[in-house]
Order: sequence, then structure tokens, then C-alpha cells
Amino acid sequence: MTTAQIERSGTGISRNLMVEAAIVLGIMLFLIFALPLLMSDFRLNLTGRFLALSIVALGIDLIWGFTGMLSLGHGVFFTLGGYALAMYLKLQIPANASSQLPEFMGLYGVTELPWFWKPFYSFPLTALMVVLLPAIVAAILGYLIFRNRIRGVYFSILTQATTIIFFNFFNGQQKLFNGTNGLTDFKTLFGMEVSKPGAQYVFYVLTILFLAATYALSRWLTSGRFGRLLVAIRDDEPRVRFTGYNPTGFKVLVFAISAAFAGLAGALFTLQTGIISPNSMNIAFSIEMVIWVAVGGRATLVGAILGTLVVNFAKSMLSEKFPDIWLFFQGALFLVVVLFLPSGIVGWLRERGSDTFKNLTGRRKRSMTYPSLEEDPEVDYERKNTRN
Amino acid sequence: MSEKILEIENLTVNFDGFRALNNLSFGLDTGELRVIIGPNGAGKTTFLDIITGKTKPTEGQVRFKGRNLRPYAEYQIAEMGIGRKFQTPRVYLNLSPRENLELACNRVKGVFSTLFKRTPSPEKRTVSGLLETIGLVPKADMKANLLSHGEKQWLEIGMLVAQSPDLLLVDEPVAGLTDEETERTGELLISLAQSHSIIVIEHDMEFVRQIARQVTVLHQGSVLCEGTIDEVQNDPKVIEVYLGKEESQHEDDLRPMSQPVSAEDAIAT
Repeated sequence: MTTAQIERSGTGISRNLMVEAAIVLGIMLFLIFALPLLMSDFRLNLTGRFLALSIVALGIDLIWGFTGMLSLGHGVFFTLGGYALAMYLKLQIPANASSQLPEFMGLYGVTELPWFWKPFYSFPLTALMVVLLPAIVAAILGYLIFRNRIRGVYFSILTQATTIIFFNFFNGQQKLFNGTNGLTDFKTLFGMEVSKPGAQYVFYVLTILFLAATYALSRWLTSGRFGRLLVAIRDDEPRVRFTGYNPTGFKVLVFAISAAFAGLAGALFTLQTGIISPNSMNIAFSIEMVIWVAVGGRATLVGAILGTLVVNFAKSMLSEKFPDIWLFFQGALFLVVVLFLPSGIVGWLRERGSDTFKNLTGRRKRSMTYPSLEEDPEVDYERKNTRN
Repeated sequence: MSEKILEIENLTVNFDGFRALNNLSFGLDTGELRVIIGPNGAGKTTFLDIITGKTKPTEGQVRFKGRNLRPYAEYQIAEMGIGRKFQTPRVYLNLSPRENLELACNRVKGVFSTLFKRTPSPEKRTVSGLLETIGLVPKADMKANLLSHGEKQWLEIGMLVAQSPDLLLVDEPVAGLTDEETERTGELLISLAQSHSIIVIEHDMEFVRQIARQVTVLHQGSVLCEGTIDEVQNDPKVIEVYLGKEESQHEDDLRPMSQPVSAEDAIAT
């Protein structure tokens, strides 16, 4: 390839990026300005929650879709992020209140604020903890797992075991975290009443901005050599070692980033639901996250977001009308995707969609073999005479 | 006198009582091209596993440029300058040949430099040059799973070269290739041998004859004999190992089917 060609393909890539950025910006503007006019506050709040959930899905896509690690424990990181922010919210106590402790502590006879609550007086520290806490837990866990070359099913089982440990810990600590009831009944954030529609709209817009930022980060991570190495690790990890890379560091980093996404999503979700409890560490929720990504399409990023929205909207519609059948439907959905759309909605659109579209509109079918074969007149002749 | 790049002393590998390698000693000079042959189960692949750190020796040691390799992990050994091509081509099927080569070519293989640094242009040039050498320029940007078997073999050899190791371990590079491809592979290896030390494991005796200067025969985990291809082929021990009493079991290794059956011929083909 000559330098001129390299440059040309370079500008081609940046033009594609510009188009993509423009589309993302368009969608963001639509979500921020147009959607609130089309939806009730209740629906808008639901949309905001689902957009928050799609940030976790992006994280799952990074580690599962691209790096091939199936985590069934992202609920833990999600919840940690949620708790971090909830602790800050619980410490927003008016100065004239009779007790300067979160009210549940009074119920259990706690008289002094536990030491680890203290950093959560500060908002910058809290914001940091929302992403750092899950990332650090994931990095430690990941380092121990990956260094010992534990992969595949064993990795998934370990992540599940982690959810059980964390669930039991948070569930049992009434004095520290209000146990099974979780943290709820938030009052104010920066002087705004968090449950008012105005504040909720701010959280909704924040969610969209963070989703766009995490999407951009994921795109950057998965393009370029780093992204290719993730795919290489997914497809043949031992081979990567013989090429001279140590996969452990790469996997730890991606796992930690993915956990940070989950933490961020947990915090945004907590703001919009008004509660975080150990319930979100239950295994079913973590598995659901994986289903969203599978439905949307692994290793596509857009698919993770789309899958989350599709599944969750279906869930909320169906559970309003037929509360009993949602779980059956979810199971059926998963089966359909695994059996008929193994690469998910977006994967199918990319593989087949463009061909179908071109066939429908009468344009030439994309070449499926080598270009040299496609252009070979002899092959072309044979094809015409054997097919029709 | 040329320096030894690889020295192996009294190497034994014990898999639950089965000695895959048994008291094996081996030396390779810098810049040498050595072919290793041996019947199935002779321990050839285990031998490569030991050098690359995939398996650790039960006894004995492997020294590469004078350093004992035992404490190092696979990726560290690869960084020290040992590259390996696998028996069945192992390229990353979801990446294009260009991307495959760029990954192998990357000089600084740490997490953050891979993340933050863009592929430098000298590396891009190396990759373009390699694509030409292995004849994959027209297919450089399609997924590697669309390549034919021979092209994958060549791509993997290209990746090995991109890694620019000092010692290349090449496991059956011509398995499943056509005669013409085999010959071109031979030429490629010979030209590589000008600047690298190479160990090739191969069954195809015609190919061995094309590239070999020195041949080592492995049998039951130890070195049976060493010498030029003619010496080896006329060695009675080798003939016995390959053809000996269980003629029908071993001869397939060396000889395509439906070829003459006499001992001399079987090895010569």
C-alpha cells in the first residue's frame, strides 16, 4: 500500500467518525429536547433509567463482547456505585435537624457516624468513589482471577459467587447500610429536591451526557491496536502470550473500566429511582444485563444500548399489562436470540441487513468471497449459468 | 566459533509418569537452521512447549542466550526473542492480516503504550513490506477467517517475522500445503535463516531435504542422532525407528501413501 492510499483511507476513517459523531449528537439532541415534549414525566423517567442501564450494558459489551469474559456479577459494581452516591444523599441533613445521622441509624441505636461514611460528606470524593470503588474491587478481583489464568465458565462462576458475598454483606449490615431495605428517601442534592420533575429532568440529561461519554470512551478503547488485542485475547488467549503480550494487565484494565461504567450507571439509576438496596445485587439482575447485550448484539456497542432499551421497554409494557408473563417472555426472547439471531439485532443488521436492503432495492449483492474471485469473468460466467 | 543461542541439558518432562522428554540434550548455534524430525509421539511438540515456557521441565534446564528460561512466563520468553508458529495455523480469525501483523509487530507490549500510542509509521512500513513478502496484499483488509489454509500458514509465519525474534520455532510449516506452496515456504525459511536462528519441525522429507543443513532425530523423548540429511537417512538406528518391526505404524510419517516400500525409499521420499 502506498502512502497516498494510507492517507486516503485515513481521511475515510475520520469522515466515518464525523458522520457517527453527528448521528450521536442528533440522537442526544432529540432525547434531550424533543422527547420530553412527547412523553409524560413518568415515561421520561423510565427512559432515563433505561439509558442509565445501557451504560452497564456498554461495560458488559466491553468485557464479554470484545474480550470474551462473561461476567455474571456486574450487579455488584452497579450497586456499589449506587450506594456511594446514596450515602452522599443520605448525609444531606438540614443543619437544624435533631439528629445529624441518617434516620435509619437512629432506629438501630447508632450514635456516631461510622468512619467510612465520613468521606461521603464531600461531593467530589463521592463522585470519585462512584467510579473508583467498583473499579478497584474489579481490579483486585480481576487480578487474582486472571493472574491464575482462570477463564471461561470458571470466571463466570467466580463473579456469581462475588455477588452472593456482597449481597449477604450488605443485606446483613443494618447498622451500616440499613440492611435489606437499602438506602432510600433521599431529600436534596445541591439544594434541589431530588424527587421534583425539574431535578429528575436534570438527572435525565446527565444520564444522556454520561451515556454519550461512555460510548465515546468504549469506541476509542475498541478501535485501534488495544481493541484488536482485546479481540485477539477473546479468540485465542494463549496465542497472545506467545506473541509477547501479557493478557493479565489488559484484562484487568478492561474489567475495571467495565466495573466503573457499572458504578456510574448505578449512581444515575439510583438518582432516578430514589432507592438502592442489596436487591440489585441479586444474581437475576446481573444475568439480565447479559441478556440485554446478547439481544442487541455482542461486540457492537450500539447493540448493547439498543438491546437494553428494547428489553426494558418490553418489560415495562408487558409487566403493566400482563404482570405474570414477563419472565416467560424474557426467557423466550433469550431463546429466540440465541437460536435465530446469534449475533443479536445489530449483528444481524450488519451481516444480513445491508444485503437484504440492497437486494430489495435492486442494487448489487455485496461480494461474499474474494474480490479477485468476484471479478473473475470465468467464475462470473459459471455462476450465471449454474444458478439460473 | 559461533555462540550457542540455545542450550538444553538433560531435559526431562514427566507427565504423570509418562516421560514425554527423557534426558534430552540439544544445542543450537546462533544463525543455524535446524530441522527436527521424529515419529509421532517422539516429543517434538513438547520440546517446543518447553522452550516457549508453556510447559516447565521436570528436570534439566533450557538456556537461551545463556539465560535459564525456567522462571519466565510465555510472554516474557517471547519478549526475550523466541517466536513460535503453531502446528495448525493460529492467527486471529476476526482480525485482518494487516491487524494480525500489526499486533505482532508492536514493539512495546505494555497495556498503556498499546492503548495510548498509535501504530508508528516504521511499523506500518514493516507490516506493508511483510504483506508483500507473504503475498497477502490484495487480502490485507479482509477478515483472516476468509483466508485459505496456505494463506493462514503464511500469515502466521509473517506474524512470527513481525515479532522479529532471534530464534524462530516453526512447527510443521508445510502441513496441508500444495507442492508449489511448500517450495515457496522453503525459500522463505532459507531467506529468513540468513538473519535468524531457526528450528523447524517437519514430517515432509522432501521439504526437509530442501531446507535442511543439520537434522536432529527425536525418538521417545531423546535425541536419536544428529547429522546432515544424508547421514541421518542412512543411519541404521533411524531406519529401524521409522520402519523397524512395526513397519505399518510408522512409515506414514515419512512417506506419502502408495509409494515404494523399501526402507531406503521410504525415508528418501
